[in-house]
Amino acid sequence: MLKLKSPHEIKELQLCLEASETTRPCISVCAGSGCKASGADNVIASLRKELEKRNLAGTIDLKSTGCHGFCEKGPVMIVWPEKVFYNGVSQSDAKDIVASVMNGHKPVEKLLYKDPNTGERILHEHEVPFYARQQRILFGNNGKLDPKDIRDYIKVGGYHALGRVLLDFTPEQVVESVKRSGLRGRGGAGFPTGVKWEALRKSTVHPRYIVCNADEGDPGAFMDRSLLEGNPHSVIEGIIIGGYALEAKEAYVYVRAEYPLAVEHLSVAIQQAEKAGLLGDNILGTKMSFRIHLVQGAGAFVCGEETALLASIEGKVGEPNPRPPYPVQKGLWGKPTVINNVKTWASVPVIINKGADWYASIGTEKSKGTMVFSLVGKINNTGLVEVPMGITLREMIYEIGGGIPKGKQLKAIQIGGPSGGCIPASMIDLPIDYEALTQAGSMMGSGGMVVMDEDTCMVDVARYFMEFLEEESCGKCFPCREGTQRLKDILNRISQGKGAEEDLELLDDAGWMIKETSLCGLGQTAPNPVLSTLRYFRDEYEAHIRDKKCPAKVCRELIVYEIDETICDGCHACVRVCSSDAILGEKDKVHEIESAKCIKCGACIEVCQPKAVLVH
Amino acid sequence: MPQVEMDKVEPLLEQYEDQRLNLIPILQDVQETYRYLPELVLRRISKKLRVPLTEVYQVATFYRCFSLVPRGKHVIQVCLGTACHVRGAPRVLDRILRDLKLPHAGTTEDLQFTVETVRCIGCCGLAPVARVDNTNTHPHLTQAKVGGLLKKYQEKAEAPKAAKPDEASHAKA
Repeated sequence: MLKLKSPHEIKELQLCLEASETTRPCISVCAGSGCKASGADNVIASLRKELEKRNLAGTIDLKSTGCHGFCEKGPVMIVWPEKVFYNGVSQSDAKDIVASVMNGHKPVEKLLYKDPNTGERILHEHEVPFYARQQRILFGNNGKLDPKDIRDYIKVGGYHALGRVLLDFTPEQVVESVKRSGLRGRGGAGFPTGVKWEALRKSTVHPRYIVCNADEGDPGAFMDRSLLEGNPHSVIEGIIIGGYALEAKEAYVYVRAEYPLAVEHLSVAIQQAEKAGLLGDNILGTKMSFRIHLVQGAGAFVCGEETALLASIEGKVGEPNPRPPYPVQKGLWGKPTVINNVKTWASVPVIINKGADWYASIGTEKSKGTMVFSLVGKINNTGLVEVPMGITLREMIYEIGGGIPKGKQLKAIQIGGPSGGCIPASMIDLPIDYEALTQAGSMMGSGGMVVMDEDTCMVDVARYFMEFLEEESCGKCFPCREGTQRLKDILNRISQGKGAEEDLELLDDAGWMIKETSLCGLGQTAPNPVLSTLRYFRDEYEAHIRDKKCPAKVCRELIVYEIDETICDGCHACVRVCSSDAILGEKDKVHEIESAKCIKCGACIEVCQPKAVLVH
Repeated sequence: MPQVEMDKVEPLLEQYEDQRLNLIPILQDVQETYRYLPELVLRRISKKLRVPLTEVYQVATFYRCFSLVPRGKHVIQVCLGTACHVRGAPRVLDRILRDLKLPHAGTTEDLQFTVETVRCIGCCGLAPVARVDNTNTHPHLTQAKVGGLLKKYQEKAEAPKAAKPDEASHAKA
């Protein structure tokens, strides 16, 4: 691509790209990590083969796009211009898809989304209930773009906001717009972005740095990954606008090493932006010079904490430092630094393009705009969901998420990763915004939303998070290092049926102590999963302690496996899969589990067709 | 302990300026090249960057990506993120460890496999998942699928030239 020499040329290029737009049909296949894991690469390969075989390579376009969000149904694709949405596509469907495009776009019926309630086939993506309630202002373009082609981004209006800012805005006006929009940090704590930027501008120290926190460590959250994979230029554009507003010359994007595809797409995007004159010296012919560096994390959850992240960029161990001084005062190499999350940066161009007032009109009084959640766990429609702030949990779970699989009962919703808490099913009408979630003992966090049903043991969930946090605690401060260990030990005891009544007091006391005395955000929020489950599910803890029973039948020490002889048909499947030789019985005769040998791994339940394996 | 091929070190180091901020990227390159961080190489990095060896060691042992002992040919990362946890990942992990006769996550004696746990690779919609060699993600795992998964890589280990690595396992498991 040619180097753009002035902000005006962005618009010109966009018009030019639009004009050259062909009316050729285009099959655009989602190639995000989720769909790739479900076989998208093979689907793309066989579509290409089919097109070549039928000599249609110049007649029908084939494109790999970013994540559409509906990972459960992957691989998914859209056939343009009819916008027909296919899900669960496999290699062998390539022939039918190409044939359908050639035969006047008669859709391939079996690949259309089937509404589980009505059984009806749905033709377009936006009509699928999973998408119908969403407002996708950050993720909307993911399914349209080839993330490795900057022209695709410019064609949908990309870098337009940057051009406008360079022409019509002073740096102060950009900060003012962001402030007026009400945008709050999307990384978890929800600090007002404009206020943070303003604080940095008060400093007279140069150089200043910009950091994009893409160290998405919360288990169960993957929206930053999807955005970086699917639309990396939207993040880059936001960062450059930030560079202009904050008069910084360099930015660092810190990406988790566990996201190889995001790293690849982002580095391609940075190179393309450099070639196009959007990064480097005198960008778009102006006086502004700006560079973005990509830094890969090395696998430490604590590096999501801003001061630890800065230490990691400097090549040190990722240990946090006390605040104040805040990074806007003393950040990277002791210089003023603004750190924002991936989605926060990607929101900036939207605010510039559509206006601060438009953005502020979405959401609730104190939480503006949209929030992206990863809806996962025991839910029918897993995937990424972008909704206006203030939507209720009920709408999320039942309308967008399609309810709980296998007709099970909803028990709790875990929001905000290890720093968040579990919200019980009884509070399902809670609106989702920063304040409401904090009041309920959870937090927005980065937007991970893990749905739990009646088969999930809340003591086990608390134990799981403490195990995670104990492992990830960096060890610098005592309350977090020792406290998470003690909490985990107590929870282990309880889940083994060795808990005592006074353990519950101890959990509560120790939890609050850790919250109040830890150095950084990791420790200060670490007890939340324990405290919130204690608050809402005390009876489950008591059942483990008093009755030595796990009501959800999860905790291994408290359950026994048995085969119901009236149901067992002697098919032998369980015998074959049992790795501890604990199942007795010949083929076609009723089987029996030898309790002493059984390690309660549950493999037999997985394979038993007539459901004869019972757990007590 | 295998012999360390030191001739690979210098070309690798030459790509970087001698600055502290390059320590982690250099260690990442070394880890990829050698599948671990050999002591001799760490000593060389310490000298070149003028960072005390104790600090190089501190960084090398702080981050999960690095290993001071050789890792296996195939690295199996079992995701233990929340979504995978509630959908049965701990049982899949136990099964993999049992099948490979490992008492806990680590490397098999024949250096064929390293089993690691990771906290979320962001494929929550397909939970439980495991990723092999950083590229091949295996979705919707069950204990029954573990045998086939291991076999796929065991066979490949015996005849490394026969299969193309990127074709390995994108197929629906």
